[in-house]
Amino acid sequence: MAANAHAHHHKESFVSKYIFSQDHKMISKQFMLTAVFMGIVALMLSVFFRLQLGWDGESFAILNTFLGDRWAPEGVLDRNAYLALVTIHGTIMVFFVLTGGLSGTFSNLLIPLQIGARDMASGFLNMLSYWMFFVSSVIMISSLFIETGAASGGWTIYPPLSALPQAMPGSGMGMTLWLISMVLFIASSLLGSLNYIVTVINLRTKGMKMTRLPLTIWAFLVTAILGVLSFPVLVSAVVLLLMDRGMGTAFYLSDIYIGGEALDVTGGSPVLYEHLFWFLGHPEVYIVLLPALGISSEVISTNSRKPIFGYRAMIGSILAIGFLSFIVWGHHMFISGMSPFLGSVFVFTTLLIAIPSAVKAFNYITTLWKGNIRFTPAMLFSIGLVSTFVTGGLTGIILADSALDIQVHDTYFVVGHFHIVMGMSAIFGMFAGIYHWFPKMFGRMMNTKLGYAHFWLTIVSGYGVFFPMHFTGLAGSPRRYYSYSEFPFLDWVVELNTVISIFAIIGAVAQALFLFNMFYSIFRGQRAPENPWQSNTLEWTTPVKHVHGNWIGDLPEVHRWPYDYSNPDYDTDFVPQTVPLKPGEEGH
Amino acid sequence: MLKLLIVLVVILGIIAIAQLAKVYELSAKMRNKREEEISHADNKLNAVLMIVFMLAFYAGVIYLMIEYGNYLPPAASEHGAAMDQLMTINLWIIIAVFFIVNTLLFYFPFKYYYRKDRKAKFFPHDNRLELVWTVIPSIVLAFLIIYGLKTWSDITGKASEDTIQVEIYAKQFDWTARYPGENGAFGAANFNVISTLNPLGLITDKTINEKVAELEEQIETLEKRLQSEEMLLLPESQVEALEDRKYRLIRHKQRVFDLETYEIDGINAWEAGMDDKITKGEFHLPVGREVEMIFRSRDVIHSAYLPHLRAQMNAVPGVPTRFKVTPTITTDSMRQITENPDFDYVLLCNKICGSAHFNMQIKLVIETEEEYQKWLDEQETFKAAIGAGDEEEETEQQNEESVDPEMNGEANENQTGESEMAASNETADSEE
Repeated sequence: MAANAHAHHHKESFVSKYIFSQDHKMISKQFMLTAVFMGIVALMLSVFFRLQLGWDGESFAILNTFLGDRWAPEGVLDRNAYLALVTIHGTIMVFFVLTGGLSGTFSNLLIPLQIGARDMASGFLNMLSYWMFFVSSVIMISSLFIETGAASGGWTIYPPLSALPQAMPGSGMGMTLWLISMVLFIASSLLGSLNYIVTVINLRTKGMKMTRLPLTIWAFLVTAILGVLSFPVLVSAVVLLLMDRGMGTAFYLSDIYIGGEALDVTGGSPVLYEHLFWFLGHPEVYIVLLPALGISSEVISTNSRKPIFGYRAMIGSILAIGFLSFIVWGHHMFISGMSPFLGSVFVFTTLLIAIPSAVKAFNYITTLWKGNIRFTPAMLFSIGLVSTFVTGGLTGIILADSALDIQVHDTYFVVGHFHIVMGMSAIFGMFAGIYHWFPKMFGRMMNTKLGYAHFWLTIVSGYGVFFPMHFTGLAGSPRRYYSYSEFPFLDWVVELNTVISIFAIIGAVAQALFLFNMFYSIFRGQRAPENPWQSNTLEWTTPVKHVHGNWIGDLPEVHRWPYDYSNPDYDTDFVPQTVPLKPGEEGH
Repeated sequence: MLKLLIVLVVILGIIAIAQLAKVYELSAKMRNKREEEISHADNKLNAVLMIVFMLAFYAGVIYLMIEYGNYLPPAASEHGAAMDQLMTINLWIIIAVFFIVNTLLFYFPFKYYYRKDRKAKFFPHDNRLELVWTVIPSIVLAFLIIYGLKTWSDITGKASEDTIQVEIYAKQFDWTARYPGENGAFGAANFNVISTLNPLGLITDKTINEKVAELEEQIETLEKRLQSEEMLLLPESQVEALEDRKYRLIRHKQRVFDLETYEIDGINAWEAGMDDKITKGEFHLPVGREVEMIFRSRDVIHSAYLPHLRAQMNAVPGVPTRFKVTPTITTDSMRQITENPDFDYVLLCNKICGSAHFNMQIKLVIETEEEYQKWLDEQETFKAAIGAGDEEEETEQQNEESVDPEMNGEANENQTGESEMAASNETADSEE
């Protein structure tokens, strides 16, 4: 007791409590609010370009209101602005919302709480991680306001397009800011990831063996390892690109004649950039997805009142997915001019990922089977996550097949595929996490009814937006096109595009329900009890009102795995991890 | 006015939701309702919605498949037919799994929604089941991998001996096609000699001389300007930029001087391009003949996408790429198949390349071999296009036939590579 006395008698200033906080719970909230803000921005950007795609060339006052006369003269979106919107939408969603937001929020909140630690291994690095994320967010947003426009080469920013300011307006100052923002973002992500790994390895409480960790923690751990191993490669790719832009080097450039001038630089290769980028880019997909899968494992088990099926197989599949994700990057490059033999190796490794993914999907379904399912909003989003994970994963089989990829590469088929897995699955994981752990974060409950409305509107509009894209893609409509009116064979795509845009607007407006619910509940929500979902994991043994060091008194001791729901040996349908085993009871 | 209205609507909307929430909050308080306790009615409602959503979703998917399932006319190429077959098999497997898994996923929550008197089945693991859903997907995937890779190796295999070659050249924002002409060899090309009249940078004595003259003129103009009094008024940075430009032009000129010629099967590479045929706006291919397309780009990455031929390959600056295709349906036949008299094949750009990316296209005409030959014969040679006369030389070259295309390409690449290296060494020296 005495050892922790400082924890709750310590008086903190406003700045050290709310701004430069080193407490993981506060940092987690900072990450969440920043990510939610970035998410709103990116969502609005997508509505803007969906207006253009749905109603080609028509005038919308709202575009002019938000983008001004330069980017939307007379309410019609400018072509360069369109590309900038697409690029920044993708960048923010992938990195700032789904990487920074998802890992930043939930790894920070849950790692110490679920493993029984007082805080992260290094509170200071954790704080630094958030503030780098914040600064990089500010730079990314500010790049939207510069005169030549934000980066517009697509979120993958392939050079030479991104390397040469002559190639497009967005490759000027906007691109430089994008690159600087990304370097800071990666630094933030690395600091965070190192911290998560060290904390999980070293700071588990007594009895918390690796095989008693909740699946959330396993997912966060593997995610952090992926980040540490792959993000540095993106840093080098980005720094080399900065040098090509500013210092006359030629890592990615060769034989270029542009703007009426033959460039001096020769000897580089744009394909090198693609390799470096996708060496991060593919693990990145799982950096985004694994935390969401971890969250849904926890939520589905708790609300089915049933242990997660195949706990060890789930860990195994997380590890397998994590490992395989490093040797599949080439499937983004089948038609880049890469050796066809190398292509076939990547086909093989990529399709292997389907096996652990299938195991996960079927394990979720078996967990639901004969459960006693309670429909909290978090549970709805988790079920939605499994559905989208399966639907989006299946189309991946086509994209992984190099022979088929020739036809659908860079078409809307790809857009549909990765939005269903990242834009829906991973985002659903984030929503599930927020609904489920909101009581832990803010000590209040979110409104359930609004949560229901939010979920049903979101899944309907989400599928309404992304499912038809497979069909427009199979018909050969390329992504990142400002307009589809230049090709007669794509005429029928136009009507489908209008439908997609209508769903996109409904989906975007539906998010207002969530925002309102969240901000309202932070201040006015019903006060939360200590363990609202009758859950087994350690975070629900901490007091509702946050204290420094998480537990008043000694750290809890763990005696069993986290999924003892509806154990026939007990009367209650849940047995927290802190309950000792009965004499003769075998743990799992 | 409109803006004001929008703002008003948003504000009113927020107030309305806030009021609703307040009412809800009060009534919840009166009924003593806790947010974390999900009522039986709510559980049942969501359980039913699961099924309702599933059925609506399936209806939507089936509607899309019926209405938009025939997304493209039949493949107009040999490999495209094989690819479509592979696609169909993949799609059916995927669609079957999609329906099975989603049905289970939405049905279980409907069936097993929360009831107070029940307890969930304690079923933590079962190795036999795990084995089932590891092994079955593995078998299906093994089949898909083997089938897919076989198709892939057929598509990417070596082009045959009597293939027709055509170069597709990309730049922001159009495509140019080049045929090797009667001598069967593409003339050497280098980005350093690109000019308005020579957009592909073909090397001939004439284009080199013209390029050098053009550069010299630019250098001279710049030098004059740099010595003029105007410079006194300009800020230093701008003067420096102009000087930089001057040295860049000097280095460029040096690189042009450094270009060296070589022989392609007895033809001088600088002569070989004289009979090359360059077309813009449209290009033609014969039906039933294998065609090897070679892609080059001068500025950024583009991607040549031929959706009706199921063909696509990136055009990468500095890295020539290839794709072989055998067209099987002529434009005329396809017009009948699609019942669309205006139908045309098209090659479009499918890699973001700048502001007019969405309209970077070239029409493709597939026709019988005779029609193709006739069209090709009508096209102007490069020699005629740049106005370099002398008819006699041309007839001499006509005898040279069927050169090994592979050798050509390689020699071409090596040559450009070497000359550039020489050029950059030279520039490094001159800078010192």
